This record gives sequence, C-alpha cells and structure tokens, in this order.
Amino acid sequence: MTILYDILVKNGLIGAFLFVAVVMFVSDRFAKLIKQERMSSAIAIVLGLVAAYIGGIYTGGKNGLSDVAIFSGIGLLGGSMLRDYTIISTAFGVKMENLKKAGIIGVISLFIGVFFAFIVGAVIAYIFGYRDAAEVTTIGAGAVTFIVGPVTATALGVSSDVAALSIAAGVVKSVACMIVTPLIAKKIKLDNPTAAMIYGGIMGTTSGTAGGLAATDPKLVPYGAMVATFYTGLGSLLCPSVCYFLVKLIL
Amino acid sequence: MQIYGLGLLAFCMIVGSTIGVLLGKLAGVQGDVGGVGIAMFLFIFILQYMEKKKKPLSEEASKGISFLNAIYIPVVVAMSANQNVVSALSGGAVAILAGVISVVGGLLFIPLLTKLEKKISKGGDDQ
Repeated sequence: MTILYDILVKNGLIGAFLFVAVVMFVSDRFAKLIKQERMSSAIAIVLGLVAAYIGGIYTGGKNGLSDVAIFSGIGLLGGSMLRDYTIISTAFGVKMENLKKAGIIGVISLFIGVFFAFIVGAVIAYIFGYRDAAEVTTIGAGAVTFIVGPVTATALGVSSDVAALSIAAGVVKSVACMIVTPLIAKKIKLDNPTAAMIYGGIMGTTSGTAGGLAATDPKLVPYGAMVATFYTGLGSLLCPSVCYFLVKLIL
Repeated sequence: MQIYGLGLLAFCMIVGSTIGVLLGKLAGVQGDVGGVGIAMFLFIFILQYMEKKKKPLSEEASKGISFLNAIYIPVVVAMSANQNVVSALSGGAVAILAGVISVVGGLLFIPLLTKLEKKISKGGDDQ
C-alpha cells in the first residue's frame, strides 16, 4: 500500500489526470442516467467542489483536495497557470466581428458588474452590523471577487478576519456562479457571444465564469473569459479608492 | 507539428501576461490586469493575420490547440477541487448572502443589457 502511496505522491500530475477522468466519467454516466446529459460538466464541477470540501475538512488547509498529499497534482492541473493557458486556447474559434459588436456593452457590463457586486456586499455587511467604512468596503470588495477582497483589505489595513470574510464572500460568489449559471442560462438567453461577454463583465470572477460557461456552452467560454479577465483589475482599482470614498461619505 | 500550436499559444500567454503586469504597474495595481484577455486578443489577431496572408495554421498545429481545448473542462474540474470551500461555507451568512445575491442579482442584469446592446447596434445601423 505504501508503494502505491509513494507513486501517487511522486506522480501528482498524472494522478490528477486520473482523478479528473474518473470524476468526469462518473458525472457523465450520472447525467445520462437522469436524462440531463448537458449537465455532465456542471455535475463534474460540483463533485470537484465536494472533493475540495472533503479535502479542506480532512487537512484543515486552504487548497481543497490538493492539500491531501496523494492529490497534490490537482493543485497543478487546476492551478492558475494551466487554467489561463487552456482558457486562452478557447479563443481558437472566436470571430473578430462578434467581439467588435459587443465591445462597448462589454465595457459597460464591466463597470455595472463591479459596482453592483460591491453594493450588494457592502449593504449586506451593513445589515449585519458592520459600521467601519474600511470593513464595509472590504466585504463589498469580496463580493466583487475573492482577489479584490484581500487586495482591498491590505490597502485599507483591516483585520485579517474581515479579510478572510471577504475571501469567503468571493469564493461563495465563484462557486454560486459555477452552479447557478447553467441552471438559468436559458431563461436569461445566455446563448450567444454578446450575452457571454455581458455575462463575463457582470460576474467577473474568472473561475466562476469559466466554470459557469463551460457547463452551459463551451463555445461561449472565450467571450466571457475575455471580458472577465479585466474585472479583477478594475475592481482592485476602484474598491480601495472610489468605492471606499463613497462608503465613507455615506456612513 | 502539433507543438507549434502549443508554442504559439504559449507565446501569446507570456506576452499577454507581461503586458498585463506592466499595465498593473502603471495603474498601481499589483499583479496582472487582463493579461489573459490581452493574450486572447493577440492570439485571435495572429490567427486572422495568418489567414489573410493565405498561410493559415496547419492542421497539425490546430490539433495541438484542440488538445488544450479538450482539457479545458478537466482543468476547470481540477480547479474546483482546489477551492477553499470550507472557508466559503464557514464565512457564514454574510459571505453566503453576499456571494449568492451578487450572482443571482447580477445574472438578472444580462437580459437588460442584451436589450440595451440591441438598441445600441440598431442605432448604429440606422445611420
């Protein structure tokens, strides 16, 4: 048994391929069983999240399943390097005309997306009793993305538990995005490049939009991802500055 | 050769990330501002340029890119297995409400903005 253990630890990335292949196979079979074949990616992603939860409970670590030694390769396979590399490859079928058509609305969506998410987070913080401008701003920033939250926390010097809360909000947003998107995609007509770009601008979480669109229609992924990648940068710019200033005025 | 496709993509990603970090420094933001987006634009631009010059990407090189396309969803599954779900759930009501409402509320904007986009492009067509 220890031989197997050592091999898995030493060949992490290969083990990760095996893990993902098994998860996707199970999801595919299950999706066919419940006659929802299109949901197989969504189910796989949810299973990944469940595995992350189990890993987190088991190790007490921050990286989901990859903190477990025999699954450390998942940290590489699911890390930002490969994620970004494969996202860029999805641009292979993209047509410039589709991009130009939605250019302006993409930018508008970005700004609406950042401000809307911030307001939701800040208002909820206020409802739960937070009154310090920096803390309210930080929690609002967490609702923007789980990177903008801690960036803002550092910029405004808030305590680490508020920073952690902002990260939690951002991760919930990312997870919710992945799960909810394929479920209501039809109702909101998320079925064309323009809508995908708007979606990327409104949601903005790169992992959330990547997962959400992948589970809805993989062809839409590049359009959403392209706009979403500017979201975190915009959020990091606006939250500690303009947003903080506005919160201070109001509180 | 299939690796040429991977190489082209790698080139775009490295250039895009570099520009993204430079933009970040200019804007005073740590890290990469839109590097992936820039890489995608660069990739699309190079491909269209090659098409124009009647030297499109070879079938072999395209297979290399198809490989990456094919492992995109597996990578996303691995990514979800990396998330700090424990923290997300333990953030309690504040984190859960903030996260969920910003998603559900945000998604409701999409049909509105789609209608707006149609108005904008119709306005352009009338000219």
